[in-house]
Amino acid sequence: MTYLYAAYAATWIIHLVYLGSVLIGYRRLQREIQDMARKKPR
Amino acid sequence: MTLALLSYALYEALVAAPTEQTMGDVQRIFYYHVPSAWTAFLLFLINFVASVYYLIRRSDRADIIALVSAEVGVVFCTVVLVTGPIWARPVWGIWWTWDVRLTTTLVLWLIYVAYLMLRRFSSGSQTPLVAAVLAVFGALDVPLVYFSIWYFRTQHPSPVIGKGGSLDPRMAHVLLINWAAFLCFAFLVCWSRYRLERVRRDVEETQALEALLEPRSVS
Amino acid sequence: MSATSITRATLFKDLRLEWRSKDAINAMTFFSLLVVVIFSFSFNPTAEESRLIAGGLVWVAFLFAAVVALNQTWARELRNQVLDAYRVSPAPAEALFLAKALGNFLFVTVLEIVMTPLFVVFYRLRPLGTGWQLIPVAVLGTWALVVNGTFFAAMSIRTRSREIMLPLLLFPISIPALIAMVEGTTVILTGDASPRPLIVLLAVYDVVFTTVSLILFEKVLHAE
Repeated sequence: MTYLYAAYAATWIIHLVYLGSVLIGYRRLQREIQDMARKKPR
Repeated sequence: MTLALLSYALYEALVAAPTEQTMGDVQRIFYYHVPSAWTAFLLFLINFVASVYYLIRRSDRADIIALVSAEVGVVFCTVVLVTGPIWARPVWGIWWTWDVRLTTTLVLWLIYVAYLMLRRFSSGSQTPLVAAVLAVFGALDVPLVYFSIWYFRTQHPSPVIGKGGSLDPRMAHVLLINWAAFLCFAFLVCWSRYRLERVRRDVEETQALEALLEPRSVS
Repeated sequence: MSATSITRATLFKDLRLEWRSKDAINAMTFFSLLVVVIFSFSFNPTAEESRLIAGGLVWVAFLFAAVVALNQTWARELRNQVLDAYRVSPAPAEALFLAKALGNFLFVTVLEIVMTPLFVVFYRLRPLGTGWQLIPVAVLGTWALVVNGTFFAAMSIRTRSREIMLPLLLFPISIPALIAMVEGTTVILTGDASPRPLIVLLAVYDVVFTTVSLILFEKVLHAE
């Protein structure tokens, strides 16, 4: 039934949202590291 | 990393499919709901151990493990709390019931969300310590939570959500495979979150050091 | 100086300060009163029904009032840098904690003694079970809230939005104690069952968390 799909979908959506936030964290960190590298051209 | 992911994903799709059920297909939610719960409990246990270790040894690694296991634990706990009602509705006709297991899971969720908020809102270097202490409180509370709700329930019986009497061995098989898959998944998620945190802290340290050295290099 | 004498000294100092300013007591009492009145507007129960819900109402009101008191607990110490002095002294941290907790316990108990007659009158309560059992429930329950509350208040000092942090941390962890208190009170009022298992639960809760608080308080004190 549709409930089954809803449950499975919900599970993965929740996981994806979390993984998404982790990815955004990575991206932000990348940018920071680049900034730091630029500011110190040594 | 991708290898583990692929093999687990294959297991998942294959196995969640086959075994039919008397309750109808809806029963299959069980294969996601239960392993998620077990994984969440396991992660919270890891959080407890890591927190205690931190209190004894002040290891930065332990603190990160505590943070990561709490976060991912809450994610899995959320899954349990969402799939639970979705399963209950078609089967028992109600979205929620204050039965022991569901309520305990809710309280568990509340406790660890509070833990995460403490981490976010507390300023300064003492966060890990304070968080670890809270984690200990929370973990010790869990059996008490279970008993108190159990007592409450025996006084105020509500629709019984049994796990179903006997478990068809094929179902148990599917369940375990799904659990194994979820464990691999959880491990991957934890690992990547751990790395993120590790890098983030290193960056912060470097920034702090640079801020200290700054004045000298300018002049 | 022994630990107990330090505890006593700190406790009396707190009580004396409080007696002079009556800050906390006034705030708590007024708040409790407000809660009672507002609840009575929301519910209009018969005597039967009120026995069923009074347990919950009473303890919610006391819980909120206790939070008001608890938020104050360390504020004064922080203002006067007493914590730093304490950290430097060889006095055992547990003594400070115990003094604070006992002080809070006394405040909240006084509040309960004052408010209970009001509750009885407003909701026309008359216990059908053994009335005196309410005392262990109240004592153990109050201690459960206060001991954890004092500890979490100490932990919340260095957080942003600290007034919110305390209830946020306290409520989930106190759920077992709250269930026991409310059920215990309800069961005594309705006379449906024996509150003894709940009293045992409360006692266990109290022992566990008092021990943990005493052991871990030193770490929290030195953390700031």
